[in-house]
Amino acid sequence: MKYLNEFRNGELARAIAREIAQITTRPWKIMEICGGQTHSIIKNGLDQMLPAGVEMIHGPGCPVCVTPLELIDKALAIAARPGVIFCSFGDMLRVPGSEGDLFQVKGQGGDVRIVYSPLDAVELARKNPDKQVVFFGVGFETTAPANAMSVHLAKRLGLKNFSLLVSHVLAPPAIEAILSSPGNKVQAFLAAGHVCSVMGYWEYPPLAEKYKVPIVVTGFEPLDLLDGIRRAIVQLESGRHEAENAYERVVTFEGNQPAQKLLQEVFEVTDRAWRGIGVIPKSGWRLNADYRDFDAELRFNITGIHTHESELCHSGDVLRGAITPSQCPAFGKQCTPRHPLGATMVSSEGACAAYYNYGRFISAEELGKAASSC
Amino acid sequence: MCLAIPGKVEEISAENGLRMGRVNFGGVVKRVCLEYVPELAVGDYTIVHVGFALSKIDEETAKQTLDDFRAMGVFDEEFASEAETFARAAARPQSSCPDGSCAIPSISEQAEKE
Repeated sequence: MKYLNEFRNGELARAIAREIAQITTRPWKIMEICGGQTHSIIKNGLDQMLPAGVEMIHGPGCPVCVTPLELIDKALAIAARPGVIFCSFGDMLRVPGSEGDLFQVKGQGGDVRIVYSPLDAVELARKNPDKQVVFFGVGFETTAPANAMSVHLAKRLGLKNFSLLVSHVLAPPAIEAILSSPGNKVQAFLAAGHVCSVMGYWEYPPLAEKYKVPIVVTGFEPLDLLDGIRRAIVQLESGRHEAENAYERVVTFEGNQPAQKLLQEVFEVTDRAWRGIGVIPKSGWRLNADYRDFDAELRFNITGIHTHESELCHSGDVLRGAITPSQCPAFGKQCTPRHPLGATMVSSEGACAAYYNYGRFISAEELGKAASSC
Repeated sequence: MCLAIPGKVEEISAENGLRMGRVNFGGVVKRVCLEYVPELAVGDYTIVHVGFALSKIDEETAKQTLDDFRAMGVFDEEFASEAETFARAAARPQSSCPDGSCAIPSISEQAEKE
């Protein structure tokens, strides 16, 4: 509970936690999809404020974690080419490919740049007409409008030396994949507030109805998260299953219409492989036919990628919510933030890194089991 | 990667045919694309993700969220310069090294010193 005093309105948070305890009559398993929310829950100890039996399961919503190894390897291969300026957000720098990471490619002479906005990469392309500028466009629906605008602008400016290495993933198909998987334990979802700031939440009522689960659009701050959990439990306890918006100050039902319009103009839905999970049908966006000339995978035609994942790493089970990070045999032993075996330990939004960084090496229950088995 | 941070629109201009703005995030100023929230005017608050405004919010919400995000360490990752990001990557495999051995002063700590 040591983090409780550090966030604003700790007293209000405790009041919501008390209300949750009062209304909870049964155990419930609730998944937060978004890695940023996982980070906030663990850092602020929100899961420890919940009544016994209410369990937060951490979802696959860290784009760094679910970007396929094959694409990381392609990024490394393109970044290493002479004449290429490879632009990325900072959090992709240390994501391990089969051999090395982007930071190491830079050390070996690759021109790897970190940009704040994809438009910065377009600007680099304008200023460096003799170079090929590639932007590594990963992320959920939140990041997609920025990447869409970069390629839209590049096309309008007639830039022949700009391309996107793109692997967008979509939240609703991931929720559906989890709900329809055999042995699913998740009974309610917190939908990611900032994904919904772009997309709205019109995609969620049919999912809530089909699978009979509450889906609550939730923000990132401690009070937002507790309120989202409270609303999910209110629904669960009363047998309701609705899509509900607990983040009204940012999210509308329709979402951001101009952004959705450009997304439709630039991207098309495609099957997408999620690292550690596998292919989820219609779970991603790729550049459509009008913009395919800007697809770095086609422009650079990288072949001969043979991926190899660690056999010790159970990040796929963690991403599906089947196990907690500390239940992985390698967690905290062979796999630490300094020597990560999988992306869930590399990314600061990954569930394994969150557990490690905030001292969730082993639960009290597991400690008891370990002691009794000795 | 998916956090959007509140800031105040201080100036609006056009660049390459795009509506752009100078947005102030509690002291850190960035160039932000305003195309997706055309109703934004100077003095308004908006949440911004990777250089793009995504929705307009009220001032009170913006200030509270800024405080919370600062406390959560979000600023250090979102607004780190290229040099800071590389320095961090060199020193630690990811941004929240637990053992403290690779601590680099965060942006907010540096700002306090100055």
